[in-house]
Amino acid sequence: MQGFTKRNPVWALLIALVAAVFLWLVFAPWSSGMEDILGRKRVFLNAIFGGVTLGALYFLVASGFTLIFGLMRNVNLAHGSLYLLGGYIGFEVSERTGSWFLAFPVVFVVVGIVGIVLQNQVFRRMEGEELRQTMVTIGLSVVIADLMLWVWGGQSYTIYSPDWLSGPMTLPIVSGISDSGEVIYLRYPAVRMAILFAAIVIGIAMWLVLNRTKLGMLVRAGVDDREMLAASGVRIQYVFLAVFAFGAGLAGMAGIVGGTFQSLSPGEDTRFLLASLVVVIVGGMGSIPGAAIGALIIGLSEQLGLVYAPTYSVVFTFLIMAVVLAFRPQGLLGERQ
Amino acid sequence: MALAEHRKTAPRGLWIERIPGIWWALILFLLTMPAWANGFFLFQVMGWTFILGMIALSLMFLAGYGGMVSLIQMSVAAMAGYMVAIFGVSGVGDISMGLPWWLNIPIAIIVAAIFGTLVGALAVRTEGIYTIMITLAIAAAFFYFTRQNYTVFNGYSGFNLVVPPELFGVDWRQPMPFYYLTLGCAALCYAAVIYVSRAPFGLTLQGVRDNPRRMAALGFNVTAHRIAAYTFASVIASVGGILLVWQNSQIAPGTAGIPAVIDILVIAVVGGIKRPIGPFIGALIYVLLRTFSPDVLLAFGLSGERFKLVIGLGFLAIVFFSPDGVLGLWERWQTRRSRNHDPLTGDPK
Repeated sequence: MQGFTKRNPVWALLIALVAAVFLWLVFAPWSSGMEDILGRKRVFLNAIFGGVTLGALYFLVASGFTLIFGLMRNVNLAHGSLYLLGGYIGFEVSERTGSWFLAFPVVFVVVGIVGIVLQNQVFRRMEGEELRQTMVTIGLSVVIADLMLWVWGGQSYTIYSPDWLSGPMTLPIVSGISDSGEVIYLRYPAVRMAILFAAIVIGIAMWLVLNRTKLGMLVRAGVDDREMLAASGVRIQYVFLAVFAFGAGLAGMAGIVGGTFQSLSPGEDTRFLLASLVVVIVGGMGSIPGAAIGALIIGLSEQLGLVYAPTYSVVFTFLIMAVVLAFRPQGLLGERQ
Repeated sequence: MALAEHRKTAPRGLWIERIPGIWWALILFLLTMPAWANGFFLFQVMGWTFILGMIALSLMFLAGYGGMVSLIQMSVAAMAGYMVAIFGVSGVGDISMGLPWWLNIPIAIIVAAIFGTLVGALAVRTEGIYTIMITLAIAAAFFYFTRQNYTVFNGYSGFNLVVPPELFGVDWRQPMPFYYLTLGCAALCYAAVIYVSRAPFGLTLQGVRDNPRRMAALGFNVTAHRIAAYTFASVIASVGGILLVWQNSQIAPGTAGIPAVIDILVIAVVGGIKRPIGPFIGALIYVLLRTFSPDVLLAFGLSGERFKLVIGLGFLAIVFFSPDGVLGLWERWQTRRSRNHDPLTGDPK
C-alpha cells in the first residue's frame, strides 16, 4: 500500500479523493438541491447496498474460480454449473429439512466432491492443455445444464431464509430527513447484510489461510512455481484436490446465497459464469484481493447502472472490462507473466 | 532454395487436374442434390448447414491458422444480419431504411467487419484462454445490448420479414434457389479461406501462430496480422449472418445468445479446426442431430427436448477422445489402415 502511494502519488490521491467523496455521499444527509440533481438519497443508498451485496455474491463465486485458475491453470468453464447445482441442492435440503443453515455444509460437501471428481477425472488428464480444458468444461456445462433442466424443470425457485433473518433491519446511516425534521435511518433486508458479513468473513479467512498457514504457503508456492514445489517433495496433487474442492464448494454455497436473495432458474449458470469471468478479468487472474475489488466494482456498476441508466446497465459491466483490458491487460491486481 | 526444389517435384499439369476424384464426386453430388432431395431437406438441413458452416469456418480460420479461438463470430454474423434488416427492408418500418440490396448488403458486411475488427483489436492483446474469455464476455455484452436497445436494434422482438431481394425474377427463399445461393456462398468462402491460407498473408499468419516472437524478430507486425485475420474472418461470418437472416426471415437477440455462440464453437471443434472442410462437416452433424434427434429420442421413449444432452455428450466425447474433431478421427483411422499395409508392396499384411 505504501509502496503504491510512493510510486503513483497522483493515482493514490485520485483514489483517496474518490473514496472520500463516496463516503461523504453515503453518510452525509443530502440537501434538497442535491436531491434535485441526483434523485432521492434512499434510492442511491439502496443501489449502493445492492451493489455491495451483489459484489459479495460475485466474490463468493469468483474467488473459487480465480483460486483454481491461479494455482492449477485450470480453466473451469463449468464453474457456473457448480453454482447452480449448489443452489438446487441447497433448495432441496432446506425444503426437506426446513433448515437454511444445514443446507450450507451439505452443499459444500456435495459440490466439493463433484469438484474433486472433476479435478481427478477431467483436469488431471489434460494438464496444461488449456484449450482442451476449455472445450471439455464447455461440453460439461452444456450437459450439466440440460441434466438440471431435466430434474428441476424450467421454473424458478427461491430459497427462504430463516425467520429471524427475514424482514428489514435499521442501519445507522441517514437516508433522509422527513418534513417534520425527524431523521430517517436506512432500512435494509437483514439477510442481505448477513450475506455481506459472511462474504467479508470468508474473504478475510481465505486471506489469513493463504498468508498465515502452512497450507496457504503451499498454495502460494504452487501459484508461483508448481514444478519446483512438486520437486521439493510436496504431493501437489493433494493440494490441487483440496483447492479445487474448496473452490467448487464455495461456488455451491454461493448458489444457496444467490437462491436466497435472487432466484434459481436455468440460465443463471451462464450468468454467473460470465460474471465471474468479468470479475476475474477486471481484478486479475489468480488474485483473491483482485477478485474482491473486481466483484465490488462489477456489483456496484451493475446496481448503480440499473438505477440511473436502466437500459444499458449490463453494458456498463462489459465497458469496464474493455477499458481495463485496453489499459491493463493483466487486470487491476494481476501480475504480468 | 529448399522451397524452390520442392516445387519442381510437385505434380505438374493444370490445377484442375490435381483435384482428387473424391472432390469431383462431392461437387457433382452437391450440385445434383435438388434433383432428388425434397424442399425441407434442401432449405432447412442443407441451407442451414452451409450457413452455420460459413460462420464456423470463420472461427476455424482464426483458430486453425491464427491460433486465436474467438467466440465473437456468431455476434459478428448477427451484426451483419441486423444491419441488413436496419438498412434494408423489414417488418419494422420505423427503423428500417429500405435501401436497395446493392447498397445495404455491402454496408452490412462493412459494418460487421468493422465491429469484428474492433473486437479483434481488443482480443489480440491477450492470448490463449484469455482470448476465449474476453470474446465470450463481449459476445454476451452484444446479446444484452441488442436486447435492451430499442432505438436501433428494436430490443427483445428484433426484426421480422427480412427477405432476400427478388433478383432476376427468382424468389430466393424458395428451397432450390436458396440451396444454390447458400451452396455458392459457402463454396466462395471455402475457396477464399483456402486461397488466403496459401497466400503470403496466410502463411505469415500461420508463422505468427507457431512462433510470434520469431515472426516479430523477422520484421512482421504480429498484431497487425492478427487483427487483419479478424477482419477477414468477420467478412466470412457476416456473409453467413446475412444468409441466416434471410433463411429465418427474422433476427432477434437470441440469434447471437450465449447458447448460439457456444454452438458455433461446438460445430467448429466437432468438425475439426485444422482444415477448412471441418466446420462444414461439423455443421452437417449438428444440423442433422438438431433436426432429427427429437424423433430418435421419442422413438427411444425419451422426451424430444433432450437433444441438447445428446449434442453436449457427443461434443464431450469428441473433445475428450479426439482433440482435432471428426477429421482427426478419420485421419487416425487412415494412418492405422495404412500401417496395416506392407510399406514396400502395398499389399495388406
